Amino acid sequence: MATSVDNPTGMSYRRTEFSRIVDNGFKWLTTIFAMGVGVTLMAIAFQVGLQAIPSIQKFGLGFLFTARWNPVEDIYGAWTQIYGTLITSFLALLLAVPVGVGVAIILSEDFLPPRVQKPLVFMVELLAAIPSVIYGLWGIFILAPFLQGPMNWLYQNFKWIPLFSTPPTGRGIYIASIVLAIMILPIIAAISRDSLVGVSPDLRQAAYGLGATRWETLFQVIIPTAISGIIGGVMLALGRAMGETMAVTMLIGNSSNPSPSLFAQGSTISALLANQFAEASGLQVASLMYAALILFGLTLLVNVLAELLVRRVEIKKI
Amino acid sequence: MTPNLERNALQTDTVFQTKDLNIYYGNFLAVRDVTIDIPKNAITAFIGPSGCGKSTVLRCFNRLNDLIKSFHIDGKIFYHGQDLYAPDVDPVEVRRQIGMVFQRPNPFPKSIYDNIAFGPRLLGYKGDMDELVERSLRGAALWEDVKDKLKVLGTDLSGGQQQRLCIARAIAVQPDVILMDEPCAALDPISTLKVEDLLQELKENYTIIIVTHNMQQASRASDFTAFYNVQANEKGQRTGYIVEYDRTEVIFQSPKNKSTQEYVSGRFG
Amino acid sequence: MTPQDFSSLASGRSLTRTLSSKTIFSNMMTGLAFACAVIALIPLVAVILYVLINGSVRLGPQLFTQLPPPPYQPTSPQFNSGGFGNAFVGTLMTVGIASLISIPFGVLAAIYLSEFARDTKIADAVNFMTNVLSGVPSIVMGVFAYGLIVLYTKSYSAFAAGFALAVLMLPTIVRTSTEALESVSGELRQASVGLGATNFQTVSRVILPAAVPAILTGVMLGVARAAGETAPVIFTALFNNFWNFDVWKPTATLSVLVYNFAVTPYKNWQELAWAAALVLVALVLVANILSRWLTQRKR
Repeated sequence: MATSVDNPTGMSYRRTEFSRIVDNGFKWLTTIFAMGVGVTLMAIAFQVGLQAIPSIQKFGLGFLFTARWNPVEDIYGAWTQIYGTLITSFLALLLAVPVGVGVAIILSEDFLPPRVQKPLVFMVELLAAIPSVIYGLWGIFILAPFLQGPMNWLYQNFKWIPLFSTPPTGRGIYIASIVLAIMILPIIAAISRDSLVGVSPDLRQAAYGLGATRWETLFQVIIPTAISGIIGGVMLALGRAMGETMAVTMLIGNSSNPSPSLFAQGSTISALLANQFAEASGLQVASLMYAALILFGLTLLVNVLAELLVRRVEIKKI
Repeated sequence: MTPNLERNALQTDTVFQTKDLNIYYGNFLAVRDVTIDIPKNAITAFIGPSGCGKSTVLRCFNRLNDLIKSFHIDGKIFYHGQDLYAPDVDPVEVRRQIGMVFQRPNPFPKSIYDNIAFGPRLLGYKGDMDELVERSLRGAALWEDVKDKLKVLGTDLSGGQQQRLCIARAIAVQPDVILMDEPCAALDPISTLKVEDLLQELKENYTIIIVTHNMQQASRASDFTAFYNVQANEKGQRTGYIVEYDRTEVIFQSPKNKSTQEYVSGRFG
Repeated sequence: MTPQDFSSLASGRSLTRTLSSKTIFSNMMTGLAFACAVIALIPLVAVILYVLINGSVRLGPQLFTQLPPPPYQPTSPQFNSGGFGNAFVGTLMTVGIASLISIPFGVLAAIYLSEFARDTKIADAVNFMTNVLSGVPSIVMGVFAYGLIVLYTKSYSAFAAGFALAVLMLPTIVRTSTEALESVSGELRQASVGLGATNFQTVSRVILPAAVPAILTGVMLGVARAAGETAPVIFTALFNNFWNFDVWKPTATLSVLVYNFAVTPYKNWQELAWAAALVLVALVLVANILSRWLTQRKR
């Protein structure tokens, strides 16, 4: 293409060497940065893993199952934090999935005129935009006093159940889980809605044509068809819940003693990191890196699974 | 303007009767002055150029248009003498009795068996489901093709098989009427012929209304034909209406109206 | 096969509405779904309302010009003094550094994805990595920056925090920019190539200018999110009670200020935490509403 002859108009039809270099250079530059995204991801794993080596060598896999975090004696085990991460995320899902799917149904069916529906979709998105630390602030000063009464009632009447066996305070696993649920709700709602809207209108017509009611159509045709997208959204939310830091750190109480009670104070991996990193040294840093590596591994696993599930659904990530 | 058949000319029972039916989307008049009797256990075809409202009228018969917010009608549609749009009529119940087959095959992403069983389960069918599934599939001339793979996804069948599956799904609830909206539009010629053969068998037991743009199909397969046309008003809004409705052989061999004559002989549309 | 065999099925049933268990179930489910929507909106309204109420107590220009005060008793005459000017500057600084790193990085990667590798396996892989990166917890980004920069330079710094935030923003920038570039019409692209423009000329003179508004929208959302992020900043920028304009020194930020001051027992610090929360929420709301308005106007 670059070999035409010059013609009398004076315009050069031959690509200069310079322009060719610029063009090739540009392509290479963009390629390098695109690869850089993947390199960054691997660099995180490598960096964190490298720094964790002293702790991995010292504590091995026992680190995962020992509930002991003692900077004074330099002995570390992250079981309390791992348990806290899993239990808060699980409780948050338990609360957020039914509500989130319910919201998605309201926002995908024609219950409401578009004039009302669109702002509602936007407001649910806003819920995800509020910074985590502000949910923490709100949790400490507004939600905790508000929940005190009902939680006390639960404790008074059901303390024979291990889950409610300790007196509730303003901080603890229960309130961290509730705030987490609020924070992951928009992810579940948004992705479930996308999946439900994505179901072909032909199927809806077929079900209506057979005389199915709206809810029969939803439960027997629409939701089963959209289920892989919905599950993917739930997985993404799980990943977010496990890694969520500030609100949890401010509300969970940061106690390293494991307890079966939801009212007890606890900790999560991310809360441990937020609390201790700034003042750690030596083996403690390595152990924190080890904990971070576990968190990274957990979220990576969940996110990769989610990604594979939602791949076909167009995700509007928040 | 709209020729109506004398009842004795049809010599059969009437399933649907419409009187001065006008169909609107918002303020827009989509179809006007539909007055037509649909006879029982016969195939009635709606033909006409695109935009003439034949599908719109069809979807009034099972109240599927109710799903469109701006839709409303005036005039009456009677189903076995009962006003279909009376306030106490439940559209969901209407759709259970008046089945529909759509232009594009739309099986659910479930097994063939579950596709067929979907409707009967909605109705709380307590009998032998296996037998019902087999009968429905035989009724749609699909049994031999799929009897060994009932657990296969309905969506994995070929296009023609999918459409016959949708017909089987519609007849599984033993409806009184089956509405078909261009059921062969997405099918190849061989599948189309199979569906047409099937129509002849089905009319023994069902009343069928079929919308088609294919005049060969209408002349081959139907007993009665209504020809729709479309007229634009001064604002450019296009409103459909029935030009002529009669026995199929009359429409195709000696139509009374000139535009029908032109249409069936392929001069426009 | 005759329909009469199945008289229990559809034919011959009454067409009229009945108050069956099905109708009751339907109405109940509809009510339940609406209840979900209300439950979901309560926290949003409550958070915004309380941040507005508690944050506006101290709203005033001194917030942005003064340093954080020592803890005062509510009876003290100086109780209402002080602000978070240093933290405001620190947030601008860290987010500025993050933008300087992540915007060129992300846009160039997006150009590769949309112009040179569209619909290839490589693009799929990079997109996959981008999505996985966006799922990495923000605190892990902080750990990454800590190990890479804080341990190496032996000092907490605004730069380390900016780096962590850059990694956090990167997936958002890549994704929104790729979408923006891909939505530029193919005709425009062909017109440019048809005139003999090179890839670089096509991208820099035709496609990028056409995509800039949409890219900016994505950048705006990314910046607003980064400004509110606390976890990656908490042990990279640390905190600083005084003015700091040096990117290599520990720096206060609004988000860390909210965290530090919220958990103290001092009333005047708590009030400052609410005021800082108001600034952050306002930033997020403005960015979101503006981006929505911009994208809607385009359509």
